Amino acid sequence: MKINVGRVNFYYGKQQALYDVSTRIRQQAVTALIGPSGCGKSTFLRSLNRMNDLIPGARLEGKVELDGEDIYSDEMDVIHLRRRVGMIFQRSNPFPMSVYDNVAYGVRVNKLARKRLEVDEIVEKTLRAAALWEEVKDRLHRSAMSLSGGQQQRLCIARALAVEPEVLLMDEPASALDPISTAKIEELIYNLKQSYTIVVVTHNMQQAARISDETGFFLNGRLVEFNETKRIFTAPAVRETEDYITGRFG
Amino acid sequence: MPLSSTVAANAGAPRRVRPLARRLQRGDQIAHLITLIFAATIFIVTALLFYELYTGALLTRQKFGWSFLSGTTWDPVALEFGALPFIYGTLVTSALALIIGVPLGVGAAIFLAELAPLGVSDGLAFIIELLAAVPSVIYGLLAIFTLVPFLRDYVAPLLQSTLGFLPLFQGQSYGVSLLAGGSILAIMVLPFIISISREVLLAVPREQREASLALGATQWETTWNVVVPYAKAGIIGSIFLALARALGETMAVTMVIGNDPRINLSVFAPGYSIAAAIANEFSEATGDMHISALIELGFVLFCITIAVNAVARLLILTTTRKSGAT
Repeated sequence: MKINVGRVNFYYGKQQALYDVSTRIRQQAVTALIGPSGCGKSTFLRSLNRMNDLIPGARLEGKVELDGEDIYSDEMDVIHLRRRVGMIFQRSNPFPMSVYDNVAYGVRVNKLARKRLEVDEIVEKTLRAAALWEEVKDRLHRSAMSLSGGQQQRLCIARALAVEPEVLLMDEPASALDPISTAKIEELIYNLKQSYTIVVVTHNMQQAARISDETGFFLNGRLVEFNETKRIFTAPAVRETEDYITGRFG
Repeated sequence: MPLSSTVAANAGAPRRVRPLARRLQRGDQIAHLITLIFAATIFIVTALLFYELYTGALLTRQKFGWSFLSGTTWDPVALEFGALPFIYGTLVTSALALIIGVPLGVGAAIFLAELAPLGVSDGLAFIIELLAAVPSVIYGLLAIFTLVPFLRDYVAPLLQSTLGFLPLFQGQSYGVSLLAGGSILAIMVLPFIISISREVLLAVPREQREASLALGATQWETTWNVVVPYAKAGIIGSIFLALARALGETMAVTMVIGNDPRINLSVFAPGYSIAAAIANEFSEATGDMHISALIELGFVLFCITIAVNAVARLLILTTTRKSGAT
C-alpha cells in the first residue's frame, strides 16, 4: 500500500467537508474517486499532498501516511512531499513560458539537474512519457499558450513527471477536453500506472470504469464504498453507490 | 490611439438611412450617441491641447527651431531660450523617482499580495490609496522640513564617502537638489505603483500558484518565478503610470529642486524641471517671446509624456507576446 488514510475529518473553518474517511491506495495502480459535486472527493485528493494547507482556516484530523510516514506530522517537509506527490488540475494551467521552460521549471526549482544537456534530456524524456514529444519537438521554445487544450493538459502532466514524483493526483484531468483529447489522456493514465501510483477524481463514470483498478464513491463527505472497480460497477455493496452509478441521482 | 479609431469606425460604418427622430426612439441608439459624444470629448480635448500648445509656441519655434531643445541658456532678459536644462532636470528627477520608487513599490506590493494576511493587506492598501489623495503642496512641505535636511545631513555624506568617485555624487550638498526632487517624487508615485501592482498580483489565477507549489517549489520561488512574471505587464503598466505622473508633477518638485537652470551632473546640485519653470515664470512673463518659450516648454513636456506612454504600450505588448500571457 502506497498511501494509508486513517479516520480523516476535514474542516473548512467550521464547516466539515470530510467525515471519518479511511482507505488505502495501492501502488502502481489507478484509483478513481467518483461522486456528485461537493461530495468531498476533491478535498480528499488535495489533502494527499497538503494542497489544502493553502486555504485559510482549513484543518485536518486523522492521519495520512505515505509509505508509512505521517505527512501531517511536524517533521514532514511539505516542499519535499509535494515533489513526491505531484498534481494535475482540472483546468490545464501551464505557465506563460515556453513549452521547454514549463517542463524544466520543476527540475530547476528542485535543482534536479544543473547542466543544460541534462535538463534537455529530462525535458525530452518526460514529454515522450506524456505522449507529447512528437507534437511539440519543433516548437519547444514557443509559448505553451499556443498549444491546444489537450496538448496543454499533457504538457502539465509532463511538467509534473519531470520532478520524478511517486504519486500523481489528478483532479478531473479531462473534464474540460474534447473526446479525442480525453481518450489520449486516458491512454496516458493507463500507461503511466506502470511506474506511478495514480489517484484520479472524475465526474465521468465510464471513465472511472475504463481506466481505474479501484474506485471509491464519495457522498456528503463520507467515503461510502471503496472496492475494486469491477466490483463497484457490477455488484456494488451499498445502495447509494448503485443509485449513483445507474444514474438515479447525482 | 483607441479613441480615434472608435470614432472613425463608427463614422464609416454603413447604416440604413432613417429619419433622425425615428432612430432616436430606440433607447440603444440614444445611449450609443450620448456615450459616443462623451468618448469623442476626450479625443477633442487632447487634440485641442496639442493644437493650442503648438500654435502658442509659434514665435520661439520660428526663432530657435530645433536648437530650442539643445540650447542651455535660459535668459528671459536677453530673449535667449534653451530648454535643455529643464528637460535634463525633468528626466533626471523622474529617473531618480523610479530608481528609488520601483524596488520599494514592487517589493511592498509583493508583500501585500503574497505574504501579508488578508486583513493587513486590505488595511494597508486602503491607507496607501489615501496617500495618493494628499495634495502635492503637502508633500512639498514634508520635503522642505524633513527630507531636505535628512538628505543633506545623512544621505549625501554617506553617498559621498562610499560612491564619491562617481561624478553623480560629487560636490557640495545644500539639500535642495535634483536628489531631493527625485526623492519626493519617489514618495509621491509609490501609492500608484503599490496599489496597482498589488491588484495585478492578486489577480494572478490560483491555479498558477498551485501548479508551482505542487511541483515542490517554495512559496518564494512560486512568487518570484510564476506570480510576478505572470503579472509583469500590469506591473510595468503601473511603473509607467508612475513615470507619467513624475514627469508632470509640479508643486512638490518646485519647492525642493532649487530652481537653477543649469545642467549639473551631480545629483546633489540644484536643478530645474519643465513643470517648475512654467509654474514659476508664467505669471511674471512679460514679453510675447518669453510666453511663447514657456508654452513651447509645455509642448515639449506633453510630447515627452506621450512618448513615454507609447513606449509603455510597446513594452507591454512585446513582453506579453513573448511570454504568451493573455
